Amino acid sequence: MEKYINARGLQCPGPIVELFKVAKASDSGDLITIEVTDSGFKKDLAAWCKKTGNELVSIVEEEGVIKAVVKKG
Amino acid sequence: MSRKTIIMFSGDLDKAMAGLIIANGAAAMGDEVTIFFTFWGLNLLRKAQKVNVRKTFMEKMFGFMMPRGADKLGLSKMNFGGMGKAMMKDIMRKKNVNSLPQLISTAQDMGVKFIACTMSMDVMGIKPEEIIDGVEYAGVATYLGEADEANVNLFI
Repeated sequence: MEKYINARGLQCPGPIVELFKVAKASDSGDLITIEVTDSGFKKDLAAWCKKTGNELVSIVEEEGVIKAVVKKG
Repeated sequence: MSRKTIIMFSGDLDKAMAGLIIANGAAAMGDEVTIFFTFWGLNLLRKAQKVNVRKTFMEKMFGFMMPRGADKLGLSKMNFGGMGKAMMKDIMRKKNVNSLPQLISTAQDMGVKFIACTMSMDVMGIKPEEIIDGVEYAGVATYLGEADEANVNLFI
């Protein structure tokens, strides 16, 4: 399944809290796309994926919006 | 999964926010988190509205002088009799930073365990009726038991 989170405008720790909630309710292999404007999120997401055992598929930044795809591990 | 424990000793808005942001972040990393609220930190857990309970004169004075709930805390620096706090809250709202009451409710939703120190409650005359729901009541041994199993422990 593919899921989408609009975390634009949310400040730390809002984006990872939202991501955690969705990931928890997802099955292994599900793809979660999240859009974030908090600039610290890029580094945070890498740490989050490593710690929670999920896979960072892609991450791009465009016009101040970080768009990342995470695969539930 | 690992465990984090935080001792919330301070009743300052800025320090409390730092503590709750770390707690929510840790919960979002999949950790079990326990916050032990003691001394001034107990004020974070007070209900915003006045609760009628029997108190001694000193307890009433304490209750009157201390901030009633998370929304009433002042800054540790540049509070300026509440003006600094008001400015800080305004800026944070504009920048979409969650308020302290929001951070507390998110933490509870995320399963962060709140423990109120019963000794401090007794000293300050804070009764369980005045404390928000979902809080456990215990002493230092409970906290130490949790801290023993934690790999991060903060005193805020």
